[in-house]
Amino acid sequence: MNIVWLGLIVLAVLTAAIRGTMPEVSSAAFLSAKSAVELAIGLIGAMALFLGLMRVAQDAGLVQALARALRPLFRWLFPKVPADHPALGAIALNIGANMLGLGDAATPMGLKAMQELQELNPDKETATDAMCTFLALNSSSVQLVPAMVIGLRVAAGSHNPSEIIIAAILATTCSTVVAVLAAKAFSRLPLFRQDDPQGGQAA
Amino acid sequence: MKDFLNAAAHWVVPLLLLGIPLYAYAFRKIRVYESFIEGAKEGFWIGVKIIPYLVGILVAIGMFRASGAMDLLVGLLRPLTSLVGFPPEALPVALLRPLSGSGTLGLISDVFKTFGPDGFIGRLVSVMEGSTETTFYVLAIYFGSVAIRKTRHALPASLLGDLTGVVAAYIVCRLLF
Repeated sequence: MNIVWLGLIVLAVLTAAIRGTMPEVSSAAFLSAKSAVELAIGLIGAMALFLGLMRVAQDAGLVQALARALRPLFRWLFPKVPADHPALGAIALNIGANMLGLGDAATPMGLKAMQELQELNPDKETATDAMCTFLALNSSSVQLVPAMVIGLRVAAGSHNPSEIIIAAILATTCSTVVAVLAAKAFSRLPLFRQDDPQGGQAA
Repeated sequence: MKDFLNAAAHWVVPLLLLGIPLYAYAFRKIRVYESFIEGAKEGFWIGVKIIPYLVGILVAIGMFRASGAMDLLVGLLRPLTSLVGFPPEALPVALLRPLSGSGTLGLISDVFKTFGPDGFIGRLVSVMEGSTETTFYVLAIYFGSVAIRKTRHALPASLLGDLTGVVAAYIVCRLLF
């Protein structure tokens, strides 16, 4: 993350110096900072709503039932997370919300899952294998109906806005499978190994 | 099909908001209102906790986009992608996707305006949007919310997933359309 973050800024300032876009870059820095806070504050509403709902589902035993149903898959994905741990329930809800394209619901559940996974983490500054697998799963998009882009296609006057659904499901299945397998395989590389004190720094 | 999907999307959240508390109250005797409030309390702190991480990543991405460095990157990659027949018009969408969700939707609208949503390029960018994610945003807030600093292999694995999403979108579009 350090290299990526610094890299983006270095590239931005260098390009701006050559192309004379420094005024734009300067105002973009302030605008982005402002919109980041607005975004986070805006998330609080959805976060409170869905975490509240999730607590009700948890108290009623629904989340645990969902996690139990997915146990075989979760045992392979997250071998170090105990089978009855609340993290798995939150993960199941996050994936479910993502599949349905409910981004507003998926983020609160995902953040809740990270908190639960962090409880199992012996080194609070370094990501665990389970966290990395979960992130890879999350950032490879598992949604079944890309509602946003279908909306754009409708607005652009497409003759068949939903014709891309099957293709998108095929493509996103590929990306999810590769991301998860990569997360599993990379976790064994010396560069990323958890017990290596220098290991995590590279990313 | 389209109408059904649109209608179904509007039903999901209200049905969840009705069904879960109703089940909990009727069958499990849960004090649903108190339970909801307990859970909702956590939402505020998570939202506040991710602010610094979100500012960090969005400022870097905002500067990068405003500088025009994206055009340079597209120019560099174009000879490579045209070797396999990947349309250069779709390249900015593929590159921006992991950085910015709203920016990508803007680019896709532009592509639709220029090439139409029903041509090969229009379909390709549509499928790409559905098969990839705003990886940097997801990583920043997910790890930020629990103050993880060493992210190990999460970023490389996620970016490989995004790359696969783009390649798979191209192959699937070639086969299907």
